[in-house]
Amino acid sequence: MTPRSDWRGFCAVIAAMLVVMFGLPQVTGLFGLVQATVFIAMAMVALSQGFIWGFGGIMSFGQSAFFGLGGYTYAVAVLNMGDSSLPLVFAVVLPAVFAALLGYFMFYGRISDAYVGVITLTVTVILFNVMNSTAGDIYHIGNAPLGGFNGMPSIPPLNMPGDASAALDPEQFYYVCMGLLIAVYAMLRWLLTTRFGRVTVAIRENETRAMLLGYDPRLYKLIVFTIGGGIAGLAGCLFTNWGGFISPTVFGLSQSAQIIIFVLVGGLGTLIGPILGAVAIEFVISVIGTQQTLNADLILGVVLVVFVLLVPQGVVPVLRHAVQSLTQRRRRVPVGAAKEARS
Amino acid sequence: MALTALIGFNVLSSIAALILLSIGLGVIFGMMKIINLAHGEFLMLGAYATVLSTNAGLNLFVAMLVVAPVFVGLVGLIVERGIIRFLYGRMIDTMLATWGLSLGLVGIITTIFGTTVKGVAAPLGGFSIGPYQTSTYSLFMIAMAIIVVAGIWAMLRFTRFGLIVRATMQNPAMAAALGVSPPRIYMATFVLGAALTGLAGGVLVPVSGVSPTMGAAYIARAFITVIGGGAAMVTGSSLAATLFGFIDQVVTFKTTPVFGQVALLISAVIMIRVLPQGITGRFFRRSL
Repeated sequence: MTPRSDWRGFCAVIAAMLVVMFGLPQVTGLFGLVQATVFIAMAMVALSQGFIWGFGGIMSFGQSAFFGLGGYTYAVAVLNMGDSSLPLVFAVVLPAVFAALLGYFMFYGRISDAYVGVITLTVTVILFNVMNSTAGDIYHIGNAPLGGFNGMPSIPPLNMPGDASAALDPEQFYYVCMGLLIAVYAMLRWLLTTRFGRVTVAIRENETRAMLLGYDPRLYKLIVFTIGGGIAGLAGCLFTNWGGFISPTVFGLSQSAQIIIFVLVGGLGTLIGPILGAVAIEFVISVIGTQQTLNADLILGVVLVVFVLLVPQGVVPVLRHAVQSLTQRRRRVPVGAAKEARS
Repeated sequence: MALTALIGFNVLSSIAALILLSIGLGVIFGMMKIINLAHGEFLMLGAYATVLSTNAGLNLFVAMLVVAPVFVGLVGLIVERGIIRFLYGRMIDTMLATWGLSLGLVGIITTIFGTTVKGVAAPLGGFSIGPYQTSTYSLFMIAMAIIVVAGIWAMLRFTRFGLIVRATMQNPAMAAALGVSPPRIYMATFVLGAALTGLAGGVLVPVSGVSPTMGAAYIARAFITVIGGGAAMVTGSSLAATLFGFIDQVVTFKTTPVFGQVALLISAVIMIRVLPQGITGRFFRRSL
């Protein structure tokens, strides 16, 4: 794609998201907004997975580790501090630091792709086991009991900075979430246009060649992974805020699987794909939840298998390619178009 | 003294459980470099087959040693023909597809049987080590682990089929040139791995609860044992199981079972970092 069409696409996406942000409250009631808010939290974590997997080429099976860590960090910090501004920052920084440590451990050990998957998965299982066993009064951080398997209830929501008594109402919280999602999306798009972003994509395409050209893939992967961890932590914080509750199931395997399905369905190697995938899948799950015959796990599993076998590149790239081949048929654009559409 | 013997016995049975859990995965991974994330659900299916046929009046040992492996082997055959064979050589894609399969199987079993935990009482009673009581069934598990490992090793080492399998593992193109059909061998290996997993699921029934989500409790441990073991399926998995089972039980004795698991997983992660090719990638390289 040319820089100009790239720029046009970016503006179109931002405009569409702004329309949704301000349009949705006009057409739906409070219940719809509250539901949209959790979709946005999921879209945020999908965005982080889409970024590290689709652009950094890092196969993390444990993005839910950072998601859950962000949620727990916010919960513990806000229960101790009252005001929610610093806990929000902590919920981004702590998962990012954890991702940096884990990433250093993996990438500087030159561990291959599949084993990165296994290690991230194992870390998630460890966190799940540990948090599950923290029931009882002896497990607490400051004033915040960790609650073990039962989770932590009644976590205070975000409030106006500096004033702990002015908690945001659900509508305000919706605007905050959507605004953050747009901001993160724009930031990632910008990041990918910088020199750093280009080198990252080059490393994904051919790590050895990038290394021979003098770039250090380990460092780039580490930075990408750290950014991804921070965004996932932010998503976890929003999720915790949404329900006022967090439990170890955020570290569960099906949570990790869901995040991967969001990205895979939406489209690998795009940023809008994971967002749309998350919203679509979450919507389907919430519809399934209202009826009794079919189990959500079953549907998710079938979706995952079907997409891996039949549409491995996801919906958005397929659509984009279709649109491009329609508009470009007259100009007879050569073979390269299909290849570029993926990048 | 009796306490030391008891801990030693617990370490042994923990190792045996790990070997049984991971050997099916190890066979599939060692042969085809496929990481089967539905492994835990294969265990679960074996366990359900055992519980259901026991409740239908079948002898427990017939159920776990015959029905479970045959049933899960058949499931493995369907899975290999329907999904896996399109994905050979695409490691990440097979992980994703089998993960989808695992979710799907959990969904199906939940829909049919609900989420209640089923179980069968441990047979064979107990015996005592000094003042401590322990279960005779653990002895049976240790024996099963030894039989399974020895059986696979003997099959690979001494039979014609084992020779063909090893040849296909080393160089599929050359094996094909000599008249072997690698896809067929892959299929047979996958079914064998699935059947072994079903057997493990059956054997675990008396010592664990049976529920649709039980697979998740085992998958990480089985995984890490196989990866820690490295390319040689029998030696690698056994060595890794020995190491991790030992760590697990010792930490469990000092703290709680949860931290035993955590110590196992952490030590495994560190080991992957130090030995990315597994134990048999560095030592005992010529073993099976």
